Amino acid sequence: MKKFVGRVVAPGEVRHVEALVSHGGLNTLASFQGALQFGDKKVKCGDQSNPDLYGKEMAGKALCIPQTIGSTTGGLVLYCACSMRRQPSCMLFSKPIDSLAGAGVILADVWLDGGAQMPVIDSLGDEFLETVKTGDKITVESDGTVIIE
Amino acid sequence: MFLTDEQQSILKGSKGATHAKVMESLIRYGELFGAEKLVPITSKYNHLVTSFGLKMIGPIYDLMNKLIEAGAFSQQRFSCDPRPVDKNVPANFLQKLIFNKFMYSKQDFYEEQLNKLGLMDKDAFTCTCYMDEVGNKPNKGEILSWSESSAVVYANSVLGARCNRNSGIIDIMGSVAGYVPYFGLLTDEGRKATWIIELKTTKKPDAQLLGSAIGMKVMEDVPYVKGLDKYLGAELNDDACAYLKDFGAATASNGAVGLYHIENLTPEAKELGESLICENAQVYVIDDAELQRVYDSYPVVWKNKDAKPKLCFMGCPHMSLAQLKDWTVKLEKGLKENGNKKVLIPTVFTSAPKVIEKFKETEYAKRLEATGVILSYICPLMYMNNPLCKKMNVITSSNKLRTYTTARYYSDDEILAQLVGGSK
Repeated sequence: MKKFVGRVVAPGEVRHVEALVSHGGLNTLASFQGALQFGDKKVKCGDQSNPDLYGKEMAGKALCIPQTIGSTTGGLVLYCACSMRRQPSCMLFSKPIDSLAGAGVILADVWLDGGAQMPVIDSLGDEFLETVKTGDKITVESDGTVIIE
Repeated sequence: MFLTDEQQSILKGSKGATHAKVMESLIRYGELFGAEKLVPITSKYNHLVTSFGLKMIGPIYDLMNKLIEAGAFSQQRFSCDPRPVDKNVPANFLQKLIFNKFMYSKQDFYEEQLNKLGLMDKDAFTCTCYMDEVGNKPNKGEILSWSESSAVVYANSVLGARCNRNSGIIDIMGSVAGYVPYFGLLTDEGRKATWIIELKTTKKPDAQLLGSAIGMKVMEDVPYVKGLDKYLGAELNDDACAYLKDFGAATASNGAVGLYHIENLTPEAKELGESLICENAQVYVIDDAELQRVYDSYPVVWKNKDAKPKLCFMGCPHMSLAQLKDWTVKLEKGLKENGNKKVLIPTVFTSAPKVIEKFKETEYAKRLEATGVILSYICPLMYMNNPLCKKMNVITSSNKLRTYTTARYYSDDEILAQLVGGSK
């Protein structure tokens, strides 16, 4: 078991959730677009440039990434994913959150009934991403503590 | 965050619940990045990335409706990214069905929302709103609430305006409130370079390839580029601006660059020189071999890598008037030299509606038409997002299009050769 502590961007807790890890940035538009467009409830990642995530189910996972990249539609895509309940179980950033993901999370938290319904923790550090592996069980506590079980 | 009396009052609901939520969104967004205050937007116009009536973004239409119903209109008029569909661009029956019935079925509805919220005019759809013909060109030092990565990096770097890499929707929240949080690229400190790029190539590098190399290396940091002025000169003329438009789009899409400085050329580099460089800046040397390495690293995601291209897209970001003229001349010359009359691959050049209108007033328009090239205002990215178009073998010299789609990248010279009948 290993613990990391980051900053709480959106509050919440999850327990024993499976990790899905990307060592490259998450291209939000490329990853979510197909799933949202065609009603894929499992939200398979559509980003062919991301070998860690491509074709893998993102819904219900602890998505562990350095940051998001790509189109400035990224924030609104994340907002839509939260609104349609197609978001990951939680998002865990090793770096400080970027302006696109940050905007998406804040918009969801402010404008949607019930908020983003997805804890988001950032600034977990490079070691977090070096340690966590796809398939590990993750627990997120309300104070920003992330436990790799 | 420090708030003025007016901002506090709006946050508490003096203008209604929707205005309060707009203010809360901006404050919480700013606080994530350490902003200590909100500052007034000073540009004449805004620019929004969300131009497409994509069926999947229903929650965005609901949010826009909330703004409209509450009278929370943009205090600035705004331009928008390009429209997604144009009947002049080649598409088969099934592709059209998917475009019109499944993907962009909400286009008319969404454009009506944009009109109510403050769209500049019916043709204000382009990613290059800063072109003279379009008229959304901010001045140096002005504070913006723009989104669209290629437009933001151009406004910051070439025009010297100040704007963060905002997401869609936060962009319009800024212009509804009239304020943006003060952090990052709005601050003097945030505009300092943490990378020095030393260009040591033996010839002028392709803008899109150089931008890609720098974007992938520095990601969201600010690079200070030395040695490029040798090829671009010291004045921001049409050629230099077109080069920097394409270069910047590649830095912003292959990485997440929001601002770059070009020594002796871009406004802040001219004014402040090396004082813009942070003390411990890292150094990235780019020579011919490094550019070749980057080019060779691009994955080709076509099923058959030797397949004949079915379509060529040029103009992501949209082409300038000078680029349209220049390409007309290059195509005519190449076709003549190779004994051909029309381009050998169906080809679409994309540009802003108002640039196209201006181009059509010139003698070049008929000449380009004679080469077989189709001129369109669409966004090639939105065309390629159609699952059936993804399977097509599309070529482009846009590194942004390559990054987000299955399109295959070639340099401008290689594209030209394929279009006119020379070897690749």
